[in-house]
Amino acid sequence: MHFRTRAVHVGNEKDPATGAVVPPIHVASTFVQPGAGEWGEFDYARSGSPTRKALETTVASLEAGSHALAYASGMSATHGAMMLLNAGDHIVAGSDIYGGTYRLLHKILNRNGVSVSLAKSVDLQAFEAAFNDKTRLAWIESPGNPLMTITDIAACAEIAHRHGALLAVDNTFATPVLTRPLELGADIVMHSATKYLGGHSDALGGMLVVADQELHDALYFVQNSTGAVMGSFATFLIARGLKTLELRVREQSRSALFLAHQLSQHPRVSRVLYPGLESHPGHDLAGRQMDGAFGAMMSFELSGNYEETQRVAESTRLFQLAVSLGAVESLIEQPASMSHASYDAADRQTHGIVDGLIRLSVGLEHPDDLWEDLQQAIAAEDKLA
Amino acid sequence: MSFPSDRSGPRSEQRLPGPSTLAVHAGEDRHKLGHAITDPVICASTFTFKDSQAVIDYIEQDQERGEYGRYGTPGEMVVERKLAAMEGGEEAILYSSGMAAIVGLFMSKLNSGDEVVFFDECYHRSREFCAKHLSRFGVVTRQVKACDYEAMEAAITPQTRLVVSESPTNPHLSVVDLERFADLGRRHGVDTLIDATLATPYNARPIEFGIDFVLHSATKYMGGHNDLLAGVIVGQSEKLADVRTLRGIMGAVNSAHNLYLLQRGLKTFELRMLRHNANGQAVAEFLENHPAVERVYYPGLASHPYHEVARRTMRGYGGLVTFLIKNADWRVTADVVDRSRIARIAPSLGGVETLIEQPLVMSYYQCTVEERKRFGIPDNMIRLACGIENEEDIIADLEQALAGVQRT
Repeated sequence: MHFRTRAVHVGNEKDPATGAVVPPIHVASTFVQPGAGEWGEFDYARSGSPTRKALETTVASLEAGSHALAYASGMSATHGAMMLLNAGDHIVAGSDIYGGTYRLLHKILNRNGVSVSLAKSVDLQAFEAAFNDKTRLAWIESPGNPLMTITDIAACAEIAHRHGALLAVDNTFATPVLTRPLELGADIVMHSATKYLGGHSDALGGMLVVADQELHDALYFVQNSTGAVMGSFATFLIARGLKTLELRVREQSRSALFLAHQLSQHPRVSRVLYPGLESHPGHDLAGRQMDGAFGAMMSFELSGNYEETQRVAESTRLFQLAVSLGAVESLIEQPASMSHASYDAADRQTHGIVDGLIRLSVGLEHPDDLWEDLQQAIAAEDKLA
Repeated sequence: MSFPSDRSGPRSEQRLPGPSTLAVHAGEDRHKLGHAITDPVICASTFTFKDSQAVIDYIEQDQERGEYGRYGTPGEMVVERKLAAMEGGEEAILYSSGMAAIVGLFMSKLNSGDEVVFFDECYHRSREFCAKHLSRFGVVTRQVKACDYEAMEAAITPQTRLVVSESPTNPHLSVVDLERFADLGRRHGVDTLIDATLATPYNARPIEFGIDFVLHSATKYMGGHNDLLAGVIVGQSEKLADVRTLRGIMGAVNSAHNLYLLQRGLKTFELRMLRHNANGQAVAEFLENHPAVERVYYPGLASHPYHEVARRTMRGYGGLVTFLIKNADWRVTADVVDRSRIARIAPSLGGVETLIEQPLVMSYYQCTVEERKRFGIPDNMIRLACGIENEEDIIADLEQALAGVQRT
């Protein structure tokens, strides 16, 4: 079956008890057992529930995996994967990653005796050079956040495996519609399901997906022991969101490409970072690694200082000023003051997060409406200047 | 750009926002409670006033705010504004189901001695309500053949208050000439109601043709996920004041959670409709060329009797396709339904999941043979409500389900 058909049907088998075409939302925290010492499929909701299992089945199918696990948030999923490591182990992470992952690596895992090296994952030689004999996990994102760098997932998997490490890919930006890292050799796929999977800015959740029973069992052991599981209502909303995932991602990607082209011709814009543009250094790779579109996240640099950029981000009428991404509503933010404010100023410079950078999450509104909005926001700033 | 909720905002452009922009933003305040990007689910059944003067101001100034849940809630007002904007109407009133909406309108507009004229192809429960319940209150229902405008004019009397049709009709998918229908009502001083559930405001906006009231079972394409029930009436505020008052008394309103699911479903409205339209067209064309199929009813086919009207009044033709199996009795037809693997056997339509049903078995089982003949429901009729799955998968499923017919 095709992707969209699976998104609608896999994991959503009709309810055998009532025939309901949408599975019920199971809110039970505990399940009655057949006998003392005899266990049914579900026992206590931290260990699993029919509602979570349905979502996990759908997401595993969409990511071409065998198993998926649903967490309370993207960060708890990331943490769940990183808790596979022991004191003394080492992680290699790409440098263009989410600020929250950066914080987890540098301020929490270090306390557990796990060390980390950041390396530019777009530069495969530099990436490989960061591995040592303690490296057990490599963590990358593609497209990266917020510079939209494209990392060669298959090559990274090959490097990680050569060093006896697992490769985990945060696939939040690309979504399984456009990239399926497990098919490219990755071992773990992570999602902030809060973003495109849910897609409506109304549920927090995270997912891990694997194609290996043993790896699943290890992750499940950690999840069941630590308890950061997804709640029933959030699970329902995310499962509902998945049904329109492909429609949303393809439409939002089309609008993003349109805006990228428009922005790159605007006199006040010095640079547009979008893998769908031929000028983007990762364009060819993205064309091979992404399935027919380039995603709906983009950044651009305004020729302006910190305050001017801030004012542009604050003057849009349709784009709303907020972190997060991947929803039907278009969002705008200034990474230097918002999503990547937790980096120190020096680190921001090193990683290319300049003050004039603006990040867009392109939503489902009509692209003409969005373009009109960006133009007026930039023009309003020009009038002030 | 400006939305109904954004009255203070700048009105820079005359161009109307696109359908998706409306679906995502229309009716919503840009700055919401708690700075949240989405509207909160306000479950409160009642709403507080800061003092007695506030109550008096609310009544005297007819303020738009919550009082008691049955009269409207802040969450409901958002969805009503959004639906009104999408439909190009002044005001929308939500009900707990499509039937509650049509009943709400009839009960507001029709008094004992009044008459209502229907085009006869319609949802059987609408017909049943008129025949069995409105008649008890002395309201006379007349039915004329669908799309026979002369017959409809001939049926109008000085007591007629309302003329009603679905467009497209269910399950025959006849398409009403909305301009002609509106004109007919205007000339006779009679209000016009179109149940546009099968069209949706993406495919047709009857108010733009001069229709007075548009009705939707929002359970279908508007909600879009087969997980809520709701109904809505859209029209001019002046004509809806009595309808809203009666709803407040009768109380067929939605729960807060239901309204949230509807609002959320609307965000992907245009995307879903594009897929439903594409799937409906592809499936209709496939079926029309299939040797086991006797006839296909789909307004997007050149062979459809109302294709020309549909082209004039509609942007796309929706996901519903009705067809007849060639030389088949009810059992052979039922076997086709039973062989489907993607399409699920269920009433309803307009959700992401493809549904299939045989009208004889599903909705008309209690009818006599004569009644079914009168309603145009042969034993070999199947109604397929295309979801948003990939069209290749839906067609492959139909192909295998129909393969059995050729062998028999």
